[in-house]
Amino acid sequence: MDMSTPAGHGPKMKLVMVGNGMAGVRTLEELLKLAPDLYDITVFGAEPHPNYNRILLSPVLAGEQTVDDIVLNPLDWYRENNITLHLGRKVVKIDRSARHVEDEDGTRAGYDRLLLATGSTPFILPVPGADLEGVVSFRDIADVDAMIRAAGRYRHAVVIGGGLLGLEAANGLMKRGMDVSVVHIGPWLMERQLDEPAARLLQKNLEEKGMKFLLQKQTAELVRGESGRVAAIQFKDGDSAPADLVVMAVGIRPNTELAESAGLHCNRGIVVNDTLQTFDPRIYSIGECAAHRGIAYGLVAPLFEQARVCANHLAHYGIGRYQGSVTSTKLKVTGIDLFSAGDFSGGEGTEAILYSDPIGGVYKKLVIKDDKLVGGVMIGDTVDGAWYFSLLRDGKNVSELRDHLMFGQDHCGNLGHQGINKAATMTDDMEVCGCNGVCKGDIVKAIREKGLFTLEDVRKHTKASSSCGSCTGLVEQILAVTAGGDYSAAPKTKSVCGCTDHTHEEVRATIRQNKLLTIPQVMNFMEWRTPNGCASCRPALNYYLIAAWPGEAEDDPQSRFINERAHANIQRDGTYSVIPRMWGGNTTPSELRRIAEVAEKYDIPAIHVTGGQRIDLLGVKKEDLPKVWADLDMPSGHAYGKALRTVKTCVGSEWCRFGTQNSTQMGIDLEKVFFKMWAPHKVKLAVSGCPRNCAEVAIKDIGIIGVDSGWEIYVGGNGGIKTEVAQFLVKLKTPDEVLEYTGAFLQLYREEARYLDRTVHYIARVGLDYVKKKILDDAEGRRALYERLLFALSVERDPWVERAKEGKQKHEFETVSA
Amino acid sequence: MNNWTDVLDVNDIPPLGARVVRHGSLDIAVFRTDGDEIFALEDRCPHKGGPLSQGIVHGRKVTCPMHGWNVELDSGQAVAPDQGCAREFPVRVENGRVSLDFAGSVQRPACSCSD
Repeated sequence: MDMSTPAGHGPKMKLVMVGNGMAGVRTLEELLKLAPDLYDITVFGAEPHPNYNRILLSPVLAGEQTVDDIVLNPLDWYRENNITLHLGRKVVKIDRSARHVEDEDGTRAGYDRLLLATGSTPFILPVPGADLEGVVSFRDIADVDAMIRAAGRYRHAVVIGGGLLGLEAANGLMKRGMDVSVVHIGPWLMERQLDEPAARLLQKNLEEKGMKFLLQKQTAELVRGESGRVAAIQFKDGDSAPADLVVMAVGIRPNTELAESAGLHCNRGIVVNDTLQTFDPRIYSIGECAAHRGIAYGLVAPLFEQARVCANHLAHYGIGRYQGSVTSTKLKVTGIDLFSAGDFSGGEGTEAILYSDPIGGVYKKLVIKDDKLVGGVMIGDTVDGAWYFSLLRDGKNVSELRDHLMFGQDHCGNLGHQGINKAATMTDDMEVCGCNGVCKGDIVKAIREKGLFTLEDVRKHTKASSSCGSCTGLVEQILAVTAGGDYSAAPKTKSVCGCTDHTHEEVRATIRQNKLLTIPQVMNFMEWRTPNGCASCRPALNYYLIAAWPGEAEDDPQSRFINERAHANIQRDGTYSVIPRMWGGNTTPSELRRIAEVAEKYDIPAIHVTGGQRIDLLGVKKEDLPKVWADLDMPSGHAYGKALRTVKTCVGSEWCRFGTQNSTQMGIDLEKVFFKMWAPHKVKLAVSGCPRNCAEVAIKDIGIIGVDSGWEIYVGGNGGIKTEVAQFLVKLKTPDEVLEYTGAFLQLYREEARYLDRTVHYIARVGLDYVKKKILDDAEGRRALYERLLFALSVERDPWVERAKEGKQKHEFETVSA
Repeated sequence: MNNWTDVLDVNDIPPLGARVVRHGSLDIAVFRTDGDEIFALEDRCPHKGGPLSQGIVHGRKVTCPMHGWNVELDSGQAVAPDQGCAREFPVRVENGRVSLDFAGSVQRPACSCSD
């Protein structure tokens, strides 16, 4: 097991960590998961406590939790992992040439790798009296103890600093029965997270709870009382206020003293690269003390992301890179929901959408620049925060959503959480995630018992919000209340899955540029972290390969989800369903007779008419599938695939007295041309013969409406979890034009969308204007797209015919008896 | 003492795939990794009984097609944070032939198998 030590045998390497806080210990946890035997680990912590959840100091102060409740890694954890732990010991020196650290007592510890996780220190105002008894900061358990002791004996508390930390301290002290005033130098509270109207609303709410505010006040001196303890605060404008306890919450700065003394480059933090290494590559730094690309992060999620990358590197694993995080603040000040992200103040070139309901205690502001959401601030109702944040991070074009943007995701047709938008009002037995049947209580329990911090953690452990995502806002609220999460953050770019840091776009471009033809080639070329990927990336890669190189890249059945491997839909009891294709929803007596005979012959227990104008045979045994297909003698309906599903039609001008065009024939023609088309996700079409729209084209990927003078083409509709109305693309005259334009659009989607994005998601990402430019303005490009689609389709065969008549993939349908 | 029954050829199983071996009323999923290692588990996901044989195989794991649980092929254990385990059957490979011991199924200590 010593393969990973440098010489292949011999003693383990030594890892020393300075600092025993959340980011550092998370790194050790990640490292122990990857390489439990690689290092002898020694930890120095200046505080006398094991690692605890610093975010939850506020509830401890408020008396809602105890110190024991917030311990994340009890002493046993260090013992079980053979970590040498020095508590209450401050490291004062690093000798980089001898490679050891030294603490106050002169104890030395040698290292092969050193991890500096020294966190930050509170900023203390340099005013007379700052060193008096009764003046504290709000950073660690010792501070909280001092505040609780003071609350038991004294009356007047003054908190200097009207930021989040200051308000939390003030709230806690108020709950402990003190008379609390918040002193703030700025014109309004939390000016780095809130604009003025939001801050005024927050202030009003807090004043109603009894908190007092002294705004635009600059502290001149803390006045000593007779006992030697602080007694009052004196301001520069001559005013003063009684103060038996003063809490300084005016900011923190990265704790770089030790690093600087060792000659490590620091600039508003210990400067680190994308693998969290300092200028001395044996020395890593993460957490609030580290400055990555000029930013020292203070929120948990980005720090945990850093921890993952740092652990990866320490374990000699892969090529993890930390590329920075986009952060938003989702916070809970004393029962009031706040959300703030990006550039919320606006300015030149921006526009703001505002919603203000002072009586209801709700204020929202969204800032838009160049048709993109660049920032927002919300107070009172923050359930759409996650949605706004994802729009912001992905840089989505919001021009089409603009009218409804302020009213949130629900107004854009989002279903599945019963319209509830406040987690706090929910009882434990109420369902949060309708897809996976997860109740609020399940989530709270998992967060408490498993020590979860991030949305990703909650998704993994409870499955809540892991399917359709419409409850993400609620889950984040529950997380904020339960774990004290003061954040939500995400990596700047979205990788395909945990097996790689590359994005979908990078993978597609690399496949094209380097003519990669197989999944192992892609994984090798792009340095996948896992030997053969996972159930997320393999199907994506398989699609990207056959889409890029039709006829050359070979389809890999083992990288397809079972439905696409078996060419039928797996059901909950392990049987399959079979949906044969009925062109344009038309059928014949002979087809219906064959379906009936097959159903009887193979004992098929259920027959269902689908919403896509076809017939579903349910409960077919897997081994019967090839025989069922052979007897049906109908084309594959691809109801099991990320592929062309149905083309729904009405009876059109052939029969309907209102029909203006032969929509049925148009639908049949489209379905026959695009038959066998694989795509990033399922694709549904519909054709209506008049604007009465009986074929429901507005919720299809491509909807076509016949009008007297031709055909109107709509794209990007969706009838799923989130109802999306298709958008008008173009009006055309002839059926041939309809085929060419729709084909070109489909090919554009096939070539550019991320795997599992429906057309609506693709259009939301690139913008309808871009699609119009490609399909309408560039005639040559449009024809080329259409040609490429026709070529890709020309090499595809009907998978049912291959399996029913030619014995392809025979083993898939055979059980071995023994 | 194992009681081996010859069931199939290694090459009957696609690499990164599985075959179902039916023994009486028992379905056993026999997996093949890309390194040609062979593993056998009862064909029931510890979550809701989904057929593991129909999942995507990657590394030494299979992803259940029903709800995406990952199960370790060499132990039957669900990958954390999910908990549970599928019954594991001893496998012998000789001269490219795979044999199973139907009576020798193993129950892991830290698992909560239903039977």
